Amino acid sequence: MRRTLSIAVATVLIGTLGSGPPARFGLGRPATADEIAAWDIAVRPDGKGLPPGSGRARDGVAIYASRCAGCHGVTGREGPADRLVGREPREGFPFGRDPALVRTIGNYWPYATTLYDYINRAMPANAPGSLAPDEVYSLVAYLLWRNEIIADTALIDARTLPRVVMPARNRFVIDDRRGGPELR
Amino acid sequence: MDPVRISRRHLFTATAGAVGAAVLHRTGLAQVEVPPDPTKVPGHVPSELGQRSPFERPHRVVGGGYQGASLTPLQDLCGIVTPADLHYERHHAGVPTIDPQRYKLLIHGMVDRPTVFDLESLRRLPAVSRLHFLECSGNGGPAYRNLRPDVSPQLVDGLTSTSEWTGVPLAMLFREVGVRPGARWFLAEGGDAAVMARSIPIAKAWDDAMIAYGQNGEPLRPEQGYPARLLVPGWEGSANVKWIRRIEVADEPFMTREETSKYTDPLPNGTARQFSFTMDAKSLITFPAFPVTLPERGWWEISGLAWSGRGRVTRVDVSTDAGQSWVPAELQGPVLSKCHTRFRFLWRWDGAETVLMSRATDETGYMQPTLAELRKVRGLGTAYHFNNIRAWRVRRDGSVQFGLEE
Repeated sequence: MRRTLSIAVATVLIGTLGSGPPARFGLGRPATADEIAAWDIAVRPDGKGLPPGSGRARDGVAIYASRCAGCHGVTGREGPADRLVGREPREGFPFGRDPALVRTIGNYWPYATTLYDYINRAMPANAPGSLAPDEVYSLVAYLLWRNEIIADTALIDARTLPRVVMPARNRFVIDDRRGGPELR
Repeated sequence: MDPVRISRRHLFTATAGAVGAAVLHRTGLAQVEVPPDPTKVPGHVPSELGQRSPFERPHRVVGGGYQGASLTPLQDLCGIVTPADLHYERHHAGVPTIDPQRYKLLIHGMVDRPTVFDLESLRRLPAVSRLHFLECSGNGGPAYRNLRPDVSPQLVDGLTSTSEWTGVPLAMLFREVGVRPGARWFLAEGGDAAVMARSIPIAKAWDDAMIAYGQNGEPLRPEQGYPARLLVPGWEGSANVKWIRRIEVADEPFMTREETSKYTDPLPNGTARQFSFTMDAKSLITFPAFPVTLPERGWWEISGLAWSGRGRVTRVDVSTDAGQSWVPAELQGPVLSKCHTRFRFLWRWDGAETVLMSRATDETGYMQPTLAELRKVRGLGTAYHFNNIRAWRVRRDGSVQFGLEE
């Protein structure tokens, strides 16, 4: 009872007498534009976050060979790290039925922008964050070309990358499990 | 008493008795001097840091390098809390070393006041402590495909652990920065070499998400995100971004690699389920289980863990006849929401071959499905969220093996 009363009183007094917890404490400090820019690396499907720069598949050949092939294989199909290249199976998206199928960029990734975001964020694994924007664009173009999604002459930049339509683009559905007796 | 350890204790006692004097026991690398009668000599003095008994050597099973994982020894634990040094791990680029003095959490995007919180300011805000499980969504794969008889609870389901987490509700931080109308998602980004990033619906922040800095009464272990991590209770482990350094509030999800290429669930109808955060209800018998051999028939206590990402476990049924009949097990308190719950079931083994199973039901009425039921709706090729009923086959010789014959 006393507690209820004091909460009620505090609610009335918030912002006037300071006798209860405030709506906000004012802790932390304002972020500067520079520190936001330094960390704000995310790239979205609409292209927001993509930096200036560009690259073509042919520019990515040598970069892939020196920075990526050691883990992902000479053609992107060999591993031992994730297989990057491959359109098979070309029909039906039967990954749920067949555990032997390997999910690649060409047959599974729904957004091309994710390639830029991830390579820039985390690759190569032994020197993450070390690639310049032109190098990342070139690798993105190279991998899209190897997966038969763009031509080897296509220029990939902040304007063109969001327009690339990935083969698996329309395969993804939002989680529809809701608990309760129904199994989904 | 935990029956798992009976045989080991017997072994030590028998050896000591046979020699009849102080003997040196080899336990891994340590040699332990055991007096013939511990009541006749003073014990060791207090120490700055306690250690396990040298006779107890629980350990994680490790695999995969810096993109790898380590598995909690579920069969060696009692109660519901996982000791912090046995909490499972799954990293995407190893465990970073972060100086707490230089730690920053940046919150920006669709907010009125882009703000940097240091550790001190996070700790100054009103704190909460809650017990929750964390489970990798890939946990339990060995119970879904290519079942083998010679796997322990640790190898089947060791990517789940429970801790008491202490931190600040994310809702409080969001009130500090002033989330703008129209915000529906936020990006949670880690300070590891993968700069691990996941998009989270903002409703989870207003519900029960927190920025945690404490684990089982002390600062987070580095392997669990020191100095601070996101905790989204009941949701798949990878969404609980460790070493969190940036939160960007937005109107749409970012479609990072970890929510498109990975952590999506292909289904038999030619689609893939995305943002499947919630861990469905699940249970696992941790005793008796491989590699235990029951030495004799008679009374044994079946024990295990049950949990649900949707709330409390309301019921665990146990079958001692391969699923023909089910009887409710005792739920050991406290039974907490989105938390491991210990269940117990007294069983009189008559020496015949049989199969033991457990089946959890949560407060939404969801019941843990059979392997056949789950495969029917998810497909044999699906990835992640393998919460089907587990089975342990008890042989006539008392040996216990995982799984049903397929």
